[in-house]
Amino acid sequence: MNFVVFYFEVHQPSRLRRYTFFDIGVRDQYFDDTENARIVRRVAEKCYLPMNDLLLEVIARYKGRFRCAFSISGIALDQMQQWCPEALESFVRLSKTGCVEFLAETTHHSLASLFDGEEFDLQVKRHSQRIEKLFGRRPTVFRNTELLLSNEIARRVEELGFEGILGEGADHLLGWRSPHLLYRPEHCESIRVLLRSYRLSDDLSFRFGDQGWSEWPLTAEKFASWLHALRASDPLIGLFMDYETFGEHHARDTGIFEFMRHLPAAVLKNRRFRFATPSEVLSELDPIARLDIPHPVSWADHERDLSAWLGNHMQRSANEALYSLVPFVRKAESEGHSELASRWRKLTTSDHLYYMSTKWLSDGAVHKYFSPYASPHDAFIAFMNVVDDLHRRLKRAAPSRPVLVS
Amino acid sequence: MRVLMLGWEFPPHISGGLGTACQGMTQGLAHQGVEVLFVIPRAMGDEDKRSAQVLGCNEVPIARFRRPSKAARGAVDGRRTSQGVHADGTTVVEKVVTRKAGAKGSKTIAPDVPVETLLELLEIDSPLRPYLDAEIYEKVVTELKSTSKTQEAASEQPSEETRISSETMEAVRELRALLQPDLASSVDAASPSTPQGAQYLSFSGQYGPDLFAEVARYAIVVGEIARREKFDVIHAHDWMTFPAGIVASRISKKPLVCHVHACEYDRSGENIDTRIRGLEQLGVDYADRIVPVSHYTASVLRRRYGAPSDKLRVVHNAVTHNEQIEEIRWQKNIEEPIVLFLGRVTFQKGPDYFIEAAARVLKVEPNVKFVMSGSGDMLPRMIERAARLGIARSIHFTGFLRGPDVERMYAMADLYVMPSVSEPFGISPLEAMALDVPVIVSRQSGVSEILKSALKVDFWDVDDLANKILGLLRYPALSEQLSEEGRDEVRRIRWEASGQALKQVYAELVP
Repeated sequence: MNFVVFYFEVHQPSRLRRYTFFDIGVRDQYFDDTENARIVRRVAEKCYLPMNDLLLEVIARYKGRFRCAFSISGIALDQMQQWCPEALESFVRLSKTGCVEFLAETTHHSLASLFDGEEFDLQVKRHSQRIEKLFGRRPTVFRNTELLLSNEIARRVEELGFEGILGEGADHLLGWRSPHLLYRPEHCESIRVLLRSYRLSDDLSFRFGDQGWSEWPLTAEKFASWLHALRASDPLIGLFMDYETFGEHHARDTGIFEFMRHLPAAVLKNRRFRFATPSEVLSELDPIARLDIPHPVSWADHERDLSAWLGNHMQRSANEALYSLVPFVRKAESEGHSELASRWRKLTTSDHLYYMSTKWLSDGAVHKYFSPYASPHDAFIAFMNVVDDLHRRLKRAAPSRPVLVS
Repeated sequence: MRVLMLGWEFPPHISGGLGTACQGMTQGLAHQGVEVLFVIPRAMGDEDKRSAQVLGCNEVPIARFRRPSKAARGAVDGRRTSQGVHADGTTVVEKVVTRKAGAKGSKTIAPDVPVETLLELLEIDSPLRPYLDAEIYEKVVTELKSTSKTQEAASEQPSEETRISSETMEAVRELRALLQPDLASSVDAASPSTPQGAQYLSFSGQYGPDLFAEVARYAIVVGEIARREKFDVIHAHDWMTFPAGIVASRISKKPLVCHVHACEYDRSGENIDTRIRGLEQLGVDYADRIVPVSHYTASVLRRRYGAPSDKLRVVHNAVTHNEQIEEIRWQKNIEEPIVLFLGRVTFQKGPDYFIEAAARVLKVEPNVKFVMSGSGDMLPRMIERAARLGIARSIHFTGFLRGPDVERMYAMADLYVMPSVSEPFGISPLEAMALDVPVIVSRQSGVSEILKSALKVDFWDVDDLANKILGLLRYPALSEQLSEEGRDEVRRIRWEASGQALKQVYAELVP
């Protein structure tokens, strides 16, 4: 049996306003909520709402034989709740079909797994609670920001009680090994890794609308035939991608919606193939081998590493400045200044660092597509000014003096 | 592929960026296997001839010029008439002794050659160049205006001066004779509603004895060269060579590319010299392709000169890499960070925006030094403005810097700012970047179109400029990022790419 696992990532950052040096200590609005509202509404209209409707239709038509998974970042949930509740309601309807699994992630789509374990645990727990409350089931599978995964991260996630974690099937990680199997990371006892089949995933998420691609136009039948070509000994097919692939990265007129409408029938024609959610796969398959992931692997850019967020001086120094505030945030939080802590968390979203990337070559175009800034340097300046201001506010709210323990 | 390239200067004898840019282009073209014959008004003999054959007009003997008879002009086209003249003239010219440099023209004339046939004997020395210091430029223009008046006044009394001038006028008349029949129709065809072509014709009688006369003489000598040499395309740099390009194109029937490094509006704002503007218009109207150095300049040419988009091909300049310069590391002797403005202190360069931004920065970071290097008509006002803002202590005016001092100044700076209001290209940020200095450039400069490792501002947005200066001073990672990537980026901006782009432009014209 081969399991086709669709997983869609739903995320929106809280974009910063043009916060200048002169705003430090004066202006306490960091986020460009006009722009954030505009974008989440636009994406809901082009992607979330029509694609959710399509999935509901497909699930109904195949009577449970089409299944898929989502994770929705806490920020995206916030934004939908605030600016387009109908999108959130539509996700709730999907959860009620029983065919859709909602995975865990960090509340703020952060890189906390790399820099602050305590903060990471907190963001993951809060997110799981929220998902359980909204969709009625506590997640058992975790997906880290940008699919970041290492032995250490897997171990930490295992300790938080998760049974599975998603990862990138990167060539440099696997070598000769197949991405279509379940693995267990080194130093872990029970957690299993579901890997992304990046070629097949990227055929949809990057190449689908590219008229210069030799396989264009990609039909459901053609794509299904590629899946069918996989042997039974390659049981897992991880198709993991941004949900915005549908209707936003590839506009409706590329035929991406029609493709998805017809794909289930094409895939199910071969009786060896089934759709499944990650936790269903975990209950069906056992890990085949250990996988050693000493350095973090991600799904971003060509390098599949951390270079999209921490590749240059600006990014590293911005990240350092951000996490240097952790002690102040903890203190402020313990003294009831949760509003300042929540601002800080919104800055932990990896997108802020992503905007500062200076990779100009092939991936530069992708970075530019997502960035609200004219240049990575502008992104850095705005972010640093905000961190500077927040630092001042945190110090003022919770001055650091010796704490007397009674 | 062989190109007849017309320029006003060539290294090592240069007064500004034009000569260097021309040399870079010839190097880039040589890399593409394109052969260049580069014609300048006056060759000194020590020009760099590695990438182009360099020919000075002062080295070219000129045949007797006859105005084509009305019958010839009517029946035969100008080209054949000229060829006749050439055949006739060559026999005369062969007897001409090459003129010794520095000698007075009248003393070296071969006895059997009529004086008026030897245009090479006219003193050819170019007073006006693009990328020229504003003060010198103003002086030149003023001189031009006054001499042309003196000329009119003196014309009653024949003297040596007027004798030369009458030759010039003859040459101008010849140029006009060559241009006129075609000029009228080409202007009409290209832009029937713009009166600039007519304007050119009306002021052509006012050529002074210096630059404008030389432009005409240059055109005539180039016409002679065009008759003798074989080439596929003509490429003229800036307005001084446009008449020559047109003459050469008329004679050889080869396509003309006019390259615009700066136009009169960039140099003079709204107080333009209408004669220069007229020659620019002539080039724009007559050229088969117009090559501006930036999209910014292309937009000026479209807006101000009615240049049609289908003739415009932007080719960005590059940097000539001087390893010696890159090795300069000047010991900085003050502790405070230095923010540098270096360039002409004129309206076009936006020095006032620099001062206003400085005032905003100093309010929050008093320990910063601002340096304004250069001279220009706005300098006194800038000093007064700094004093009035109470920041005179933190702004230093160095005046005009020369040679190695320029590089030292760059090397001392922690940040270079080019807030230009109007800048066709702007090579100085690239020089700063080559010395590891981070730069902020205005989006109203051509160079901002190609730069990635630079901060960019709209020149009028003083708050944004101040914010970015502060960002650079406050967050060292940003400086590090910009200087590291900037240095690499500058190394990648090479003339080979410009040469390749130019070759493509030629290929459009040469079947």
